Amino acid sequence: MTGQAYNFAYLDEQTKRMIRRALLKALAIPGYQVPFASREMPMPYGWGTGGVQVTAACLTPDDRLKVIDQGADDTTNAVSIRRFFQRTAGVETTEATSEATVIQTRHRIPETPLTEGQILVYQVPIPEPLRFLEPRETETRKMHELEEYGLMHVKLYEDIARHGEIATSYAYPVRVGGRYVMDPSPIPKFDNPKLGGNPAIQLFGAGREARIYALPPYSDVVSLDFEDHPFTPSKTDHECDLCGAGDSYLDEVITDDRGARMFVCSDTDFCASRQAQGHRGRLAPQGDTP
Amino acid sequence: MTLMPNAITAAPLLSVRGLTRRYGARIGCADVSFDLYPGEVLGIVGESGSGKSTLLSCLAGLQPPDQGKILFDGTDVLTLPEAERRRLLRGDWAYVHQNPRDGLRMGVSAGGNVGERLMAVGARNYGAIRATATDWLGRVEIAADRIDDRPSAFSGGMQQRLQIARNLVTGPRLVFMDEPTGGLDVSVQARLLDLLRGLVRDLGLSVVIVTHDLAVVRLLADRLMVMKSGRVVETGLTDQVLDDPQHAYTQLLVSSVLQV
Amino acid sequence: MIEIRNLSKSFTLHNQGSAAIPVMADAHLEVAPGECVGLIGRSGAGKSTLMRMVYGNYLAQEGSIRVGDLDVVSAEPRQIIALRRAVLGHVSQFLRVVPRVPTLEVVAEPLLRLGVPADQARARAARLLTRLNIPERLWTLSPTTFSGGEQQRVNIARGFVHDYPALLLDEPTASLDARNREEVLRLIEEAKARGAAILGIFHDEAARDRVCDRLVDVTAFTPGLAA
Repeated sequence: MTGQAYNFAYLDEQTKRMIRRALLKALAIPGYQVPFASREMPMPYGWGTGGVQVTAACLTPDDRLKVIDQGADDTTNAVSIRRFFQRTAGVETTEATSEATVIQTRHRIPETPLTEGQILVYQVPIPEPLRFLEPRETETRKMHELEEYGLMHVKLYEDIARHGEIATSYAYPVRVGGRYVMDPSPIPKFDNPKLGGNPAIQLFGAGREARIYALPPYSDVVSLDFEDHPFTPSKTDHECDLCGAGDSYLDEVITDDRGARMFVCSDTDFCASRQAQGHRGRLAPQGDTP
Repeated sequence: MTLMPNAITAAPLLSVRGLTRRYGARIGCADVSFDLYPGEVLGIVGESGSGKSTLLSCLAGLQPPDQGKILFDGTDVLTLPEAERRRLLRGDWAYVHQNPRDGLRMGVSAGGNVGERLMAVGARNYGAIRATATDWLGRVEIAADRIDDRPSAFSGGMQQRLQIARNLVTGPRLVFMDEPTGGLDVSVQARLLDLLRGLVRDLGLSVVIVTHDLAVVRLLADRLMVMKSGRVVETGLTDQVLDDPQHAYTQLLVSSVLQV
Repeated sequence: MIEIRNLSKSFTLHNQGSAAIPVMADAHLEVAPGECVGLIGRSGAGKSTLMRMVYGNYLAQEGSIRVGDLDVVSAEPRQIIALRRAVLGHVSQFLRVVPRVPTLEVVAEPLLRLGVPADQARARAARLLTRLNIPERLWTLSPTTFSGGEQQRVNIARGFVHDYPALLLDEPTASLDARNREEVLRLIEEAKARGAAILGIFHDEAARDRVCDRLVDVTAFTPGLAA
């Protein structure tokens, strides 16, 4: 089967235009959840249908697309979405962060700093940060409208009361431009500092919930915290066992049945690039060829 | 010596004029007017369906009246933008529900319940929030070591006291109470009444309390408003209304209960 | 201090055929500061009714009751509340309190309502309870569990804890033994000496003779009984 039967990037132009309007509105009101008419996509909800629709609406034939899942270019979800756009849009793809013009991501922000002109598209399962304590959508919308965000701190208070510290380690809530409280999608809080002041455009798509929100370049993004329990972007206290990086987000990998483990960069492109430059970690394959 | 304490010269905290709420052809409450002064407790009594709960929810901004005016501290509450009205509801006003489950977050610890209003008005220091919550738990006679327990682990009386602490922590000036002792055992009621009396006195709270229990208003309310079929039929000093009722309905109401 | 003019009252029982029962007509009375006036008259003549009207507990149909500079008959409820708080004390025959509140708090409460600091209020309450021979071990208990005589003395302590300029006393010495009766009479004499105007009902004739400066027979104000 070829891609000839499809319109460019799968969605019809009317739908893409509708999504672009939502994206422009979202960029104009940073952090605000814009409803959009989410379409059925040829993949199940939870597999990035929101992100895919946003990516489809952004792609041009000249774009170079990168897709990552938990930082990796080679997981099933990333591979299938990349293939989807190769087939339906015929765009170039890449695994190199710095070469991509559009990056669709699930649960990570690439380690390599993004640049102006790049678009980062997040897949979002639950766009509403207040839902944890207030399940009524009518009420949470009202709370956003009136900037009633005390409840968000109740969640953090409960964390400290129960665990002695803010135990929320991913989907850590942020306030955008001093106005809207936003769920940054389930990225590790380690990535939160990259949300603010970022030269790239950041777009968030929630397919099942039919919401789009956005951070324009260089947005002011603050992670919520208490004066006496300030936000800390923590990570595992290790270096990457493959590339030796001490400042990247690590995955823990169990390597045998006896509980042996290694820590590796979750960002596969970052890790591979470092190894190509000759960096070596504790368990890196020896030898001079990467 | 001054024979009249200076409270007499103060302006009303809450001024209600001609408040009316209809449900289609049926009257919820009609043409209710009263003034509530700082530090005063007003009891609203009447049987089920008399309109007292409708009146309370209109007063507290939980439902809009069809007609009438509500002035709080000189401000017309009904024409306030919603943001400011809601700010009132979590700052200067408080609402104590009959069922504590309606007024508490059952999935949040006791400390989080008390702290929520503080955080809603901008408190951002965990230690200070926790210290205030601990202090308030003490004031409503809940042991400090229960601060991290959820209200679902509390008895009905404790839940109600927790709801009161959660409401009073931001130092409201006006408290609405809907049958606050309603679902409680008699012995628990007494303790709660004593607690409420002390808090009202020490904090100088103004209170509008709705109840069908004349014994509760006898002990708590300075003044009474008796409602029947949505209308106020009699008002006056609490003990005067109970001991020398003027309206036929009040006489019936008073004579229908055992010694209060 | 207390001045009653042309006072009339009737009860209308709406649920019993709207019968209007006149209970008082054209009552006149004055009590000066430092004076104690005793109400007399047969049972049912309206002594308690008159006391209750002065306290604002019963409404009047006509006339005026001035206590200090307030006319109780036409006053707003909140003015009466303020009057009761600071000016007009009342010792009734029955103690009505929230169950489970300790005796010391019950007695101190009128002072706490006036804004007196808690330690001072409790100290004064303690002095009165001591004078009235309520053993200290009972102070932390609720008076609802006490005997009739003990409850009566708690009630008196509560009525005398603040130096009210005007006082209403309803049978203050009933059900008291000689020692406590003497203490209560002394309290009344001290109140008079500091200038309190007192209106009272005393069935105890010896007590009445000792503290009352004048007696007023309310039968004169009772419709159908007036001579």
